[in-house]
Amino acid sequence: MIPAAWYLILSAVLFLIGVLGFFLKRNIIALLLSVEIMLNAVNLTFVVFSAQHRQISGQIFVFFVLVVAAAEAAVGLALVIAMFRNRESLNVDRSNLLKW
Amino acid sequence: MIEYLTSSVFIILMIKIIVIFGGVMGALAYLTWVERKVMARVQMRPGPTRVGPYGLLQPIADGLKFLFKEDVVPTNANRFLYIAAPVISLIPALLSFSVIPFGPWLQVTDLSVGLLFIFAITSLGVYGIALGGWASNSKYPLMGAMRSSAQMISYELSLTLSVVGVLMIANTLSLNQLVLSQRNTWLGFLPRWNIFVQPVAFLVYVVSAIAETNRLPFDLAESEQELVAGWHTEYSSLKFAMFMLAEYANMVTVSALATIMFLGGWSGPMFGPGWMQAILPTIWFVLKIFVFIFFYVLLRSTIPRFRYDQLMKFGWKVLLPLSLANIVATSFIVAIS
Amino acid sequence: MIQIVFFFFAAVTVGAAINVIAQKHVLYSALSLILLLTAMSVLFILLRADFLAVIQVIVYAGAIMVLFIFVIMLLNLPRDEDGADRLRWLKFIGIPLGLFFLFLVGATVWNVEPSSAQPQLVGSAQAIGQSLFTDYVLPFEATSLLILIALIGAVVFAKKDL
Repeated sequence: MIPAAWYLILSAVLFLIGVLGFFLKRNIIALLLSVEIMLNAVNLTFVVFSAQHRQISGQIFVFFVLVVAAAEAAVGLALVIAMFRNRESLNVDRSNLLKW
Repeated sequence: MIEYLTSSVFIILMIKIIVIFGGVMGALAYLTWVERKVMARVQMRPGPTRVGPYGLLQPIADGLKFLFKEDVVPTNANRFLYIAAPVISLIPALLSFSVIPFGPWLQVTDLSVGLLFIFAITSLGVYGIALGGWASNSKYPLMGAMRSSAQMISYELSLTLSVVGVLMIANTLSLNQLVLSQRNTWLGFLPRWNIFVQPVAFLVYVVSAIAETNRLPFDLAESEQELVAGWHTEYSSLKFAMFMLAEYANMVTVSALATIMFLGGWSGPMFGPGWMQAILPTIWFVLKIFVFIFFYVLLRSTIPRFRYDQLMKFGWKVLLPLSLANIVATSFIVAIS
Repeated sequence: MIQIVFFFFAAVTVGAAINVIAQKHVLYSALSLILLLTAMSVLFILLRADFLAVIQVIVYAGAIMVLFIFVIMLLNLPRDEDGADRLRWLKFIGIPLGLFFLFLVGATVWNVEPSSAQPQLVGSAQAIGQSLFTDYVLPFEATSLLILIALIGAVVFAKKDL
C-alpha cells in the first residue's frame, strides 16, 4: 500500500517545479509547458483524493481540467504564432510595451 | 517477489509473451514477402523467386542486407533524436500486441480499457514520424513528416469515433469481451458479427485505418514520386528497417482490431479433435487478419494516390461527420430497443 | 513490489519535470513533458483510475503535445537567448523558498487519514460515464461550448490576414 501522503508530496514537488519554471524561463512556449506541469500536479491531487474518499467526482474534475488545458494550449499557441509573426522572437522580455 | 517469479502464473505469462511476440515478428517479416508477391502478381510479373523456393527466403536476405548496410548519420542532423525516432515509432507499434486476443487463452493481458489502450499507444506513434522527419535536417523529410503527422492525427478522430457504435452495442471496452459478444448466430448459421450490425462504421473504420497507417491511397507523406521517400529519406540500414517494421506492425494492429470489432475475432466454427480445437480459434483469427492485409496490398497495387488537400478534406468533412452520424443513429436504436 | 513501481515512476516524473525547465532548447522540454505525461498516466493506473490514465495519454500526450511539437518545429528557433540579468537573483531566492513550501506541504499531509475498509473505487468507463452524464451534464455541455470558442479563437489568432 502506498500512503496518500507520498502522492501528495509528489504532486507538491511537481507544482513547485512548474512554478519555478514559470518564473525563471523566458521562452513563451516554455512558460506554457510549465503551466501544463502545474495542471498535471493538480490532476494528480484530484485523483489521489478521489481514490481516498471513494468518490468519482475527483476524476470527473480531472476530465474537465484536461479539456480546459487542451483549449488553453490551443489558444495559447495561436497567440504565440501571432506574436512571433510580429516580433520574430519568443522572448517574453521583448513584449514589454506596456511597462513604464 | 521471488515466489511470484517462479509461480506457474508467471511462467505461463512468459510463454504467452514469447509465443505471441515470436509469431508476430515472424509474421511481420513474411508480410513483406506477401506484399511483394501479391503486388507483383497484380502487375503480371513473378515477384521474388530467386532466393529460396518461391522467394520464401527473401525476407531473411533483406534482413541481412539491412544489417550489413552502412549506417549513415547526416552531418547536421540532431543525433539523439535521429537515433531515437525509429525506436519511438517501433515501441508503440509492438506494444499494441500485448492486448490483442489471438485465441480464448492466448492474450498477454486483458485490460478493462484494452481498446482505448491501443488507441493511446498508436497516438504516441505519431512522434516517431514527426521527430524522424525533423531530426534529419533536410527539406523532404520535414515536409513528409509534417504532412504525415497532420494526416495521422486527423484520421485518428474518425478511427476512434467509428468504433463507438460497436462499443455501445457490446457495452464493454475490453477486447476479449468484444469478441465474446459476437458469438451468437442468427437463424442458426449467420454469425452475429458487427459488420452486419454496423456497416457504416465498418467502412469508416477501414478507410481511417488505411489513412492512419500511411498506406496507399493515403501515403502522400512517403510518395515515391514527389517526396523521395518522405520522412525516412535520410535513414539507412537498421533504423530504416525499424521504421518499416513499425509500419507493418501498425497495419497488422489495425487489421486485428478490425477483425475483433467487426468480424468476430477468434470465433468461428469448431470441429475436429481436442488438440485441433485448441488451435482453431487462432487459425480463424489469423485468416481473418490475412483477409484485411490482402485487401491492403490489393489497394496499394491498384488505386492512385490522393492529393494532400483532398485527403484532409475527406478526413474532416466526410469521415468525421459520417462517424458522428453513426454514433447518433446507433444510440437512438440502442435506446429504443 | 508496488512501491518499486511507484518510486520508479515518481522519479521519472520528477526527473522529466526538472528536464522541462532545465533544457535550453524548447523542443527537448516538450519531449520531456511527453515523458512526464506518460509517467503520470502510470501513476493514475496505480490509483485505479484506468480510464483517466488512457484518456490522459490519448488527449494530453497524443494530441495537445503534438500541437506543441508542430508549433515548435514550424517556428524553428535557435537556442534560448542568454542574458537573464533581471532574473538571476530570483533563482537564489526562489529555490530555498520553494523548499520551504515543500516542507510545509509535507508536514501538513503527513498525517492524512488512511482509507477505511470499504471496497476500492475503480475509475472504470462505466463509473465515469454514469456520473458525467447525470450529475455533471451541465459542465459537460459547457465544455463543448468552451472547445468551440477555443477553436474559433485559435483559427482567428493564427490567420495571416484577418
